[in-house]
Amino acid sequence: MLSNIGEILVFLILASSFLIIYNAYIDIKIRNQVVKRMIYNLSLFQITFTILCFFTLIIGFVNSDFSLINVYENSHTTKPLFYKIAGTWGNHEGSLLLWINILVLFSFLFLVFNFKHNKKFRLYTLIIQNILIIGFIIFLLLNSNPFSLIYPVPFEGLGLNPILQDPALAIHPPLLYIGFVGCSIYFSAAMASMLSEYKGKEFALSIKSWVQISWCFQTLGITVGSIWAYYELGWGGFWFWDPVENASLLPWFAITALMHSVMVLEKRNSLYAWVIILCLLTFILSVTGTFLVRSGILNSVHTFASDPSRGIYILLFLGLMIFTSLIIFFKKYKKESYNFNLKTRETFILVNNWFMAFFLVTVLVGILYPIFLDVVADIKISVGPPFYNIVIIPLIVPFLFLMTVGPQFKWINSQKVKFYQTLFFFFGAVIINLFIYYFFGSYSILTNLIFIVAIFLILQCFLDAKQSMYKKKIFEYPRIISHFGFGLLILCIGINHQYSLEEDFNLQVGESKKINNYEIYFKNIKIEQNKNYQSVIGNFKLTDLKKNLIQYLNPEIRVYSDPETLTYEAAIKSKITSDFYLTMSNVSRSEYYNIKFQNKPFMIWIWISAFIIALGGFVQLMLKKNEN
Amino acid sequence: MLTNKVKNRILFLTLIFILSSAIIFFIIKSLNQNILYFSTPTNIKQKEDIIIGKSMRVGGMVKKNSIIIDEKNIQFIVTDFKNEILISYSGTVPNLFAEGKGVVAEGKLNDKFFFIADRILAKHDEKYMPPEIKKIMENNAK
Repeated sequence: MLSNIGEILVFLILASSFLIIYNAYIDIKIRNQVVKRMIYNLSLFQITFTILCFFTLIIGFVNSDFSLINVYENSHTTKPLFYKIAGTWGNHEGSLLLWINILVLFSFLFLVFNFKHNKKFRLYTLIIQNILIIGFIIFLLLNSNPFSLIYPVPFEGLGLNPILQDPALAIHPPLLYIGFVGCSIYFSAAMASMLSEYKGKEFALSIKSWVQISWCFQTLGITVGSIWAYYELGWGGFWFWDPVENASLLPWFAITALMHSVMVLEKRNSLYAWVIILCLLTFILSVTGTFLVRSGILNSVHTFASDPSRGIYILLFLGLMIFTSLIIFFKKYKKESYNFNLKTRETFILVNNWFMAFFLVTVLVGILYPIFLDVVADIKISVGPPFYNIVIIPLIVPFLFLMTVGPQFKWINSQKVKFYQTLFFFFGAVIINLFIYYFFGSYSILTNLIFIVAIFLILQCFLDAKQSMYKKKIFEYPRIISHFGFGLLILCIGINHQYSLEEDFNLQVGESKKINNYEIYFKNIKIEQNKNYQSVIGNFKLTDLKKNLIQYLNPEIRVYSDPETLTYEAAIKSKITSDFYLTMSNVSRSEYYNIKFQNKPFMIWIWISAFIIALGGFVQLMLKKNEN
Repeated sequence: MLTNKVKNRILFLTLIFILSSAIIFFIIKSLNQNILYFSTPTNIKQKEDIIIGKSMRVGGMVKKNSIIIDEKNIQFIVTDFKNEILISYSGTVPNLFAEGKGVVAEGKLNDKFFFIADRILAKHDEKYMPPEIKKIMENNAK
């Protein structure tokens, strides 16, 4: 029943896509500035069908309708309601439906909200976006249909991977999808801009908000994923330079570069071709990431039961996208003249773009090189954190420095340079760095250089905030907030990296262990029965010998029944200044428990600063709304 | 003769070319220093030129009844059904680490028969087997 409804709805979306393309194509030829009512209506129908379709699948999950293979494979009657719903996008088929939802949603919103812009441009955008929608719907129907039936109907489902049963992971996919799939709209807009010759400032204004929206959500999505990895995977880090994490960084670098260059296009009417390239690149990288992750080339929790035909389809689609966009780009490319003055804001934005391009290339090489070597020479290698640390981290220093200095310059031409003030702040940063060194008592040259530039950036942001408040320059706020967040992020990562305490050891119940000025006493274990899992809870007493502070940490080992899996839940005590992190594991019911104990300074601030970065983008969107 | 404009352009292009090749050279160089090669116990035994003390990955199956745990370390034997290697590790193991299951250890060789791991990888899914190990098992089963 649900299967039929769902499939009918999918076909209705497909049909409305074709109708939209047809009508838009006819409407382009009519020389007026009003888009036909019909196209709005069709778009409205399309978005309604899509949302209904998604709800149909959610209902299937909530009611545990095991006649759908997708529900049978990824759900279970004993699962809490929240995770039944989250299970909808916790698998390949469902997440593809979510993907289509966002494509359609953005297509609709772009049509409705950009009413001020050129008609031809809007219609071309709509056509290209709908071609993308059709492509993904065909993919959905051909080999990832979430509404496929199973017969005979099973009584019980196989259950959702317990490691995914977590609130952070329930919201991680939707956030990331809005971020990554949201890029599709300015992919379409860039193509439309080339086709309809709608260029320059106007084009920049039409895509600016959409770039910001997807940038904010990408930032949030990546952060939430990182938080999840921190407390669920039990390594106690927040970024592992795992290929899958890196795949999510690629579009982020491109989009960050884009967000900055769009301003140059808006203010100076320059860099048009570069903005177009970035628009195309962002979505292409998003799809590439999806391809790498879904095809099973990179293994991770995102690889739902992998199936080579899926990879081939996405690869074909990707190839087609790159090919068409390149052809259109070279056909329509016209030479521009740049006359940038060296000491201007646009030059620094260009420098930012170079850095982003460098980071992007580095990470891309890191991801692709092992795959390449495996295919060509059958040598298996992996590229780990040392590579990224060596290539990327030293460059953070000049990057942050330029990030501080750059915004001090004005557009077009700025003669006055506040040299002494900047120098003053720089020395301020050096002095604060000395305090950090004094307080923690150890240093490394690179980390402390990073501290200095990060503090430099933060100080400058404070001054900028004060000045823009004084001069009532509201439009500077978002930049200041995001840059401040970034400075804080780098500073906290630096401190966290430099001054973490980590110790691995094995303990039996009743034993204790001393590490620096902490004593850990393994008091007892207790077994608890929960709805869909059984848990072994360890009770650890942590004494801070210096401050005579006693805390209790309770890591868990959870045994899930459907599917039968073990997970280790870390015990985390977060404080403003540092996190205590303790995980325990047990191999083959031995008397000894393996313990990992960590003390991570300023951990919580890493998340806070990542949220501040995203907040900057949201503030910008709000300001823009008020302007209108 | 070349005009000034053309000269400038040539200079600019050469500069960009040199800069980008320097960057790519830099990336590739640090890449080569920092990649982790994946080996099997058989590989380690056969290879003459294996570098002791360099970070690498070793994969195979955890041999049955080979796990020994004391207060400091976990020791176990990894086998590819032809050769074996002893691995020592301290810390928490991933939840899918068990006897008779596939495992990948990251760390350094102490000598050809003893490997000190600083990370154990086993993935998040009970159906999952690292592709490298799957291939070894298929090859050795023949």
